[in-house]
Amino acid sequence: MTKQIIVPFGPQHPVLPEPIHLDLVLEDERVVDVIPSIGYIHRGFEKLVEKREYTEYVYIAERTCGICSFIHGATYCQGIEQIMNIDVPERAQYLRVIWSEYSRLHSHLLWLGLFADSFGFENLFMNAWRIRERILDVMEQTTGGRVIQGSCKIGGVRRDIANEKLDEMRRDLDTTEREIRDLTTVFLQDNSIKHRLRNVGRLSKEDAYHLGASGPTARGSGVAIDLRKTGYGAYGKLNFQLVTDSCGDCYGRCAVRAQELFTSIDLIRQAIQKIPDGPIDIKVSGAPNGEFFTRAEQPRGELVHYLKGNGTKFLVRSRIRTPTLTNIPPLVRMLQGCELADVPVIVLSIDPCISCTER
Amino acid sequence: MTYLKKSPWLLHYDASSCNGCDIEVLAALTPLYDVERFGIINTGNPKHADIFLVTGSVNTQNKQVLINTYEQIPEPKVVIAIGICATSGGIFRECYNILGGIDKVIPVDVYVTGCAARPESIIDGVVTALGILEQKRLAMKTKTKTARAADAR
Repeated sequence: MTKQIIVPFGPQHPVLPEPIHLDLVLEDERVVDVIPSIGYIHRGFEKLVEKREYTEYVYIAERTCGICSFIHGATYCQGIEQIMNIDVPERAQYLRVIWSEYSRLHSHLLWLGLFADSFGFENLFMNAWRIRERILDVMEQTTGGRVIQGSCKIGGVRRDIANEKLDEMRRDLDTTEREIRDLTTVFLQDNSIKHRLRNVGRLSKEDAYHLGASGPTARGSGVAIDLRKTGYGAYGKLNFQLVTDSCGDCYGRCAVRAQELFTSIDLIRQAIQKIPDGPIDIKVSGAPNGEFFTRAEQPRGELVHYLKGNGTKFLVRSRIRTPTLTNIPPLVRMLQGCELADVPVIVLSIDPCISCTER
Repeated sequence: MTYLKKSPWLLHYDASSCNGCDIEVLAALTPLYDVERFGIINTGNPKHADIFLVTGSVNTQNKQVLINTYEQIPEPKVVIAIGICATSGGIFRECYNILGGIDKVIPVDVYVTGCAARPESIIDGVVTALGILEQKRLAMKTKTKTARAADAR
């Protein structure tokens, strides 16, 4: 038997924008086991629910993660609205879908860029981020913030988008779609990228299901789950096709995300077409009494917020379960048996968001 | 920036930030803002870096990582605290695991506020840091000269 050695990967590592620590157990160049350890970004803000009023906590929930910030805020609001039986005006629900899908676009483009960087294609990284700026411009024009929007509140949203602006957004989407099409063609057709990603970090459909993979990591292995299909918010009134891929390797996960960009663009178009006129919020009084599990589809997978109130302005408990946490056991499985040089690509292929995971 | 004789290299570390500032740091490197045209490169190796960008409010687990990374950067070096969390703890200052601001752990030269800090203000912070870096370099030079003169005597 060859001698086993342990190589530490992270917490400060060039390929990782955020710190996570993996102990890689190696036999020569082959990874035989991986021991992840987390906690570098733990802030413990779930306990802040006891100190902040439930209406203020939206802004803290939003800062769980700077990438899918809007979806975190919206999911928290959704939970409180369920506990308090608030009927959110339809226009607000559509606006939430529009902003959520813009978040997904910017998150997927960000990931495609980082992923390209991890396999050494810097030009593609720069191009993905150039297109991403278009999405952030729309975010800034409509909410006032580039990455942290703060436009969601309990009972609706804080800002309306004028109908003329919605039309302009729809026209802009054509240009954005064309640019994204050029970008994804490279990801999906380029021979060297295919060669680099095919059969790297394989995860079978059974493993993906049993280890609890979620989001594009699960869909890249052929498991067709997407929380948007449950029809929360205004998603029930919109049509879209689930994107899955049966490869189960890094290329499959990349292909799923690349194609989901078009699903998001399509969803925004439909939402802009169907959005009704009307109020964007309703007045909320009283305090939540009861508990609720609320779920939503984040760019990385299924997000769960558990909320419990006791009839006062301060919640008793908030608990967030994020998709990256459930994607870590599948990640460990993907890494077992791979080569050391493939580790950065495989780690990035689950789109790790450590600040969500550790909160 | 006329005094800029060398290309400053950056090292970025996320000390329990929410990611918002981190992606804005990266956004500053990409085509819209493109700081690479000034010769500024984001490096992953502390030994290559001149400017240390830190985001987030530091918790007990990453405190030592931050100190280790800081100590590995060769002199002269400048530290920039990016975002309100790195400056004072921000929205998370009352969390039980938060030390509140990176100046509790390592010395900070430039503070960039904002939640999340905008790429423009990050670039402004880096430009300010370049001036401080040059001062530190000159100070080191004079110090070595004085030391040499003392040895000669």
